[in-house]
Amino acid sequence: MSVWLPQHVDAFRTAMRRLLASPVNTLLSLLAIGVALALPAGGQMLVNNALQLARNSAPTPQISLFMKLDAAGSASEDIETRLQHHPDVKVARFIPREETLARMKTREGLADVIEALPKNPFPDAFVVLPVDDRPEAMERLADDLRTLPGVAQVQLDSDWARRLEALLKIGRTGVLLLALLLGVGLVAITFNTIRLQVMTRRAEIELSRLLGATDAFIRRPFTYFGIMLGLAGGVTAWLIVAAATWWLGAPIAEFAKLYSIDFTLHPLSALDSTLLLIVAAVLGWLGASLSLRQHLGDN
Amino acid sequence: MIRFAHASKRYPPGMDALSDVSFDVAAGELVAVGGHSGAGKSTLLKLIAAIERPTGGAVLVQGQNIGSLKRNAIPYLRRNLGVVFQDQKLLFDRNAFENVMLPLTISGFPPHEAKRRAQAALDKVGLLARMKAMPIMLSGGEQQRLAIARAVVSRPSLLLADEPTAHLDAETAADVARIFLDFQAVGVTVLIATYDTNLFPRARRLVLDHGRLK
Repeated sequence: MSVWLPQHVDAFRTAMRRLLASPVNTLLSLLAIGVALALPAGGQMLVNNALQLARNSAPTPQISLFMKLDAAGSASEDIETRLQHHPDVKVARFIPREETLARMKTREGLADVIEALPKNPFPDAFVVLPVDDRPEAMERLADDLRTLPGVAQVQLDSDWARRLEALLKIGRTGVLLLALLLGVGLVAITFNTIRLQVMTRRAEIELSRLLGATDAFIRRPFTYFGIMLGLAGGVTAWLIVAAATWWLGAPIAEFAKLYSIDFTLHPLSALDSTLLLIVAAVLGWLGASLSLRQHLGDN
Repeated sequence: MIRFAHASKRYPPGMDALSDVSFDVAAGELVAVGGHSGAGKSTLLKLIAAIERPTGGAVLVQGQNIGSLKRNAIPYLRRNLGVVFQDQKLLFDRNAFENVMLPLTISGFPPHEAKRRAQAALDKVGLLARMKAMPIMLSGGEQQRLAIARAVVSRPSLLLADEPTAHLDAETAADVARIFLDFQAVGVTVLIATYDTNLFPRARRLVLDHGRLK
């Protein structure tokens, strides 16, 4: 029968016993690792939520074109023809001022105000979908449209969303940087924990060698210890992020309702959660391996 | 079983622990290595267990040359030896039974079989009833017997012991000596370093003096 599996099971049990043998130390290590990992994990969660908000708010980038209020109806017809023949315009939809007025009247609270106005305050407008929706191309098209006669204002509707998205990409890089730094911290924590473990088990290690233990046999429980510490730290981090999400959920929902934004705070995705746990375990393993190489020596 | 051929061990900066030692031990022999403290008895045992390597000559154990043994081959050599260390090296954070289990866990024995063997070894040294006791609760003689049980639990063909009767009263020392004789009687090669070779009257004697065989 192969001795491989029982030996691993044994090493796993030994590591588990050592983790449980000093609950206070284990708990402190777990908290340290958990908090260290919760920061980038929580950051990732927030950035993802914000990205989703940005994308939902601006499904397709479009340009709004407003005519001058005093422009004649023929001017709008002229612009419509020009837009339809413009090579950079995919679709142009005309929104007559009367339609806008009718739509605004249906709005709660606005109806009375509009009713009181002597004349229609809204201009004719066009919604333009560009062929090329890259920011530079859209900027160029908008500049071009501004030169058309009778046009009062040209607005890139998706501008703020794109800026937000760009900002969030910086945020994502920040999260990655934070994850790298705190990952190094996690390795340092496991490194030191394993160092202390090796020191307190000097006698056992020395004796095991004298009784014919291979290097692998001696390393195994420590390696498992590192992996388990990392993994449990990952679970702690996940719990911290989940608790924060739950805690922030209600106030954010209320805030979103006030601004009529359809938004709920989503917890870490299954993929991100899995990634978090894998990274935590790998970092624990790395810290343990480096520590063993340093402290177990070659004899 | 064991062959020393002009073996020497020099510790830096130039202290000769063993000089030009030659002898053979056949399988099944009982050998008592005598000599004053510091004569090189412990060094001789350490060479056999590959804890130290000779700086001159050759040491062969079960046909393997200790001087040129690869590092990763040492564990497998040691699994065929039982060693009773001078300072016993019992682990005080686990009970008698778990101390005896350690060599079997290391060599990857199936757990069920290992348990049976560990109990047999404890029985052999008269400690079966105390298997749950922590080493600190055991008397000096019992601790020594526990160390012997751990040394023989893998049923090695070669048993080494470094001063196994030191610090024991005459009666307990005689008890412990008898256990070694029992192992020799069933075919185990036994090599004991002891200041008191009279405890092993039937043993072949080797006497060291300042690192040389007399």
